[in-house]
Amino acid sequence: MFRWASGHAGGYLSRQRREWNQALKRDYELYLLLIPVIAFFVVFSYMPMYGLQIAFKDYTPAISMEAAPWVGLKHLERFLHSFYFDRVIRNTLVMSLYNLAIMIPAPILLALLFNEVRRKQARVTLQVVSYAPYFVSTVVLASMVVMFLTPGTGFINTILQWLGYARDTSILSVPSAFKHIYVWSEAWKNIGWDSIIYTAAIAGVPQELYEVARLDGASKLKQIRYVTLPCIAPTITILAIMAIGGVLNVGYEKVFLLQNTSNLEASEVISTYVYKSGLEQAQYSFASMVGLFNNVINFAILVLANQLSHRIGETSLW
Amino acid sequence: MPKYSSGLTDHALGDRVFRACALTLLALVILLIFYPLWTVVVASLSNPMELYQKTFLFLPTQWTLDSYKMVFRDKDFMMGLANSVFYTVAGTTLNVILNICGAYPLSKRRLKGKNTLMFLFTFTMFFSGGMIPTYVLVSRLGLLDTVWAILLPSAISMYNIIIMRTYFQTTIPQELEDAAAVDGCTNFRFLLKIVLPLSLPVVMVVTLYYGVSRWNDYFSAMMYVTHRNLYPLQLVLREILLQNLAGDMLHTATDAGYADRMIARMGLKYAVIVISTLPILIVFPFVQRFFAKGMMIGAVKG
Repeated sequence: MFRWASGHAGGYLSRQRREWNQALKRDYELYLLLIPVIAFFVVFSYMPMYGLQIAFKDYTPAISMEAAPWVGLKHLERFLHSFYFDRVIRNTLVMSLYNLAIMIPAPILLALLFNEVRRKQARVTLQVVSYAPYFVSTVVLASMVVMFLTPGTGFINTILQWLGYARDTSILSVPSAFKHIYVWSEAWKNIGWDSIIYTAAIAGVPQELYEVARLDGASKLKQIRYVTLPCIAPTITILAIMAIGGVLNVGYEKVFLLQNTSNLEASEVISTYVYKSGLEQAQYSFASMVGLFNNVINFAILVLANQLSHRIGETSLW
Repeated sequence: MPKYSSGLTDHALGDRVFRACALTLLALVILLIFYPLWTVVVASLSNPMELYQKTFLFLPTQWTLDSYKMVFRDKDFMMGLANSVFYTVAGTTLNVILNICGAYPLSKRRLKGKNTLMFLFTFTMFFSGGMIPTYVLVSRLGLLDTVWAILLPSAISMYNIIIMRTYFQTTIPQELEDAAAVDGCTNFRFLLKIVLPLSLPVVMVVTLYYGVSRWNDYFSAMMYVTHRNLYPLQLVLREILLQNLAGDMLHTATDAGYADRMIARMGLKYAVIVISTLPILIVFPFVQRFFAKGMMIGAVKG
């Protein structure tokens, strides 16, 4: 006690060591459990971050990562000035913002609708139907889109024909339609699943609040506006921040499958461009830089959105 | 009191109209969600010719399993199916074990170094090296064209660790562990004999999450695997459904002309979709009853 008070660094270190010894002795089993987990994150999360250095180098598989020559921001400049820059940024933003505009409010709306079904059994059954598409794989979803839009056999294409759209080829090949196809197939797959969490949040709203509101003469709509929505606001905020933080992460796995040469001008997004330039054309350094560009912007937007919501309301991720 | 009751009657009609609108809208939404799934199942059980004759399929006019028979004769499909069963069982087992290894220690408030680890792990949810550096790493580790390239890079999802950790924190009281410790119960025994049995709901939910993403994954196989005998089902599906390479099946299916083959192929596609999605739909009802408990506690509070 006396020694520590004198402020020697050695005292602090030895106390630290003693505390660690104690912790290891008491919880060595817990640390043992953590070893494979730490190993996973080191190898498969932090090693790739270390590998990001190739974005600033001219890397080829023939030489080692460390030996590759530094080239600074050459690849970033090339990307910024390339023909594809405007196209992939525009497509990514258009699809992503459109998707956010639909997929943030729609699940909340669906949960509010579910809340109107009074019989529990009926509500649960309807809910299961609503989130069944979530389990459909991306490959199957993409192929369903292709098949339903095929002239002659696809029912969506037939409906479009009734509505006055008549062409011999699939609407999938029309660039201006791609964003709608992307967003609404995404909505079909995810709306029910995303609404589950809101249904749970709505179920957690104290019933007394509704009774009080009713006694004050609030209509159903007003109850939703002044009771339900404020009560689930924290859930909405958290999920919205998460969604906004992924603003440049278009569901590239699906986009990739729906791409064809006719719609490419509207369907090439950052991630598919990274895949093609990196893995199909083996420009590892360039594609790493494009990916890094994507991640840095995403991360910055996430921090901004979180900051903003922290300042406006009390809810934030950290 | 009279004031309140008049308030109630004022809105009674409006509320009824609101409810009627809401339920109608809900019915419409559910129909829009359900019909595409239903039509795929019906088409797979119908004579594919009907797809050309009718716009909407509500029920098969003549039931037939022809499309299914064709699928099961296909070697590529059966191989992909077997591979996917392996990737899903082995991968999910690995996922769940590692998830428990991460979630349980991190649920202990007393664990020294916990906050640092949580920060380092959570950070990876928001920032990552990205597709290409990960590919370069997998290739440098010599994992390309092995099952490990599919199993290892997605061995942990931090999101699921957080769900499970939150569940442990909120449902396992510290007193329980203290009592067990007095009886000489070790950390391992406590985890295996008490924590896990009490946390079955969250274990099931996390297993389902991992299982579904394993079964549905095509992108990692597309990146890391070129040998066809390692292809998971989703990559075979991609060939059959999107790349029009389903030659094999159809040579044996018909010896008639091109039109017949095209028609048979339509039915085959629908059958392939149903068979590949069936395993999840079969498993899901068993897991579903754990859903409310496991998912809500983990997700809403976390």
